[in-house]
Amino acid sequence: MSNFQVGQEIPPKSFLINRALLVAYADASGDQNPIHQNEEFAKSVGLADVIAHGMLTMALAGKYLSDLGGSASVTEFSARFTKPVVVPANIDVELLISGKVVEIEDGSVKIELTALCGDVKVLGMAKGVIKL
Amino acid sequence: MLSPDLVGRTFKGADSTLVTAEAISKFAAVIGESNLDVAPPTFSISITLEQSQKLLQDSGLDWTRVVHGEQKFEIKRPIVAGDNLICSSTIESARIMAGNEIVTLRSDLHAGTELVVSTWSTLVVRA
Repeated sequence: MSNFQVGQEIPPKSFLINRALLVAYADASGDQNPIHQNEEFAKSVGLADVIAHGMLTMALAGKYLSDLGGSASVTEFSARFTKPVVVPANIDVELLISGKVVEIEDGSVKIELTALCGDVKVLGMAKGVIKL
Repeated sequence: MLSPDLVGRTFKGADSTLVTAEAISKFAAVIGESNLDVAPPTFSISITLEQSQKLLQDSGLDWTRVVHGEQKFEIKRPIVAGDNLICSSTIESARIMAGNEIVTLRSDLHAGTELVVSTWSTLVVRA
């Protein structure tokens, strides 16, 4: 299983985010902030449109990590929410996650993550550690 | 604005949260995770978000103006169904930057005396 190498680029995975997913995430996480569901409200507070929960983007990046070593392998995970993921009605917004192995120590593999919507980086300093 | 004397204070929850298989499967379904033996890596936010808001409701922090800036997890072991988790939240720091208040909030989840997950949320309270 430990066939990771420092410097290795891990192939990207695509996730689709739409309004229905935001509602499902709100129900699963308990975060019912209307900026993630109500277009009128989102615009009233100065946003371009409804935006995804930063933690939904992070949860999907977490799935990317889990796919590398299993859900139970993730021991550390952090990210900055640098740009919002804007989710217009009736559109699937593509989130593309990729990774690069930056360190391996005692079976712990540190991976730097990149999260892109189009050419916009939506997570900053995103990294995770999986223990194999 | 957060009262400055609260920095460094820890608020411990009185009630534990029982993690159900249903809660895990609901969270997993959103991200397309089929392994339901353990909770996904960021599942703990579904407990700490509500708990920390409850614990800090009298702190002076204006939750309606809060934007989530940064999040970190240290997972000692994965959360599983049947875990009974107690949340304790500590305000680690609070400072003003460009007119906004930046608060770092740490929330720990314990099962009995065992630390299961530590989380850090950086919250930007918009002026």
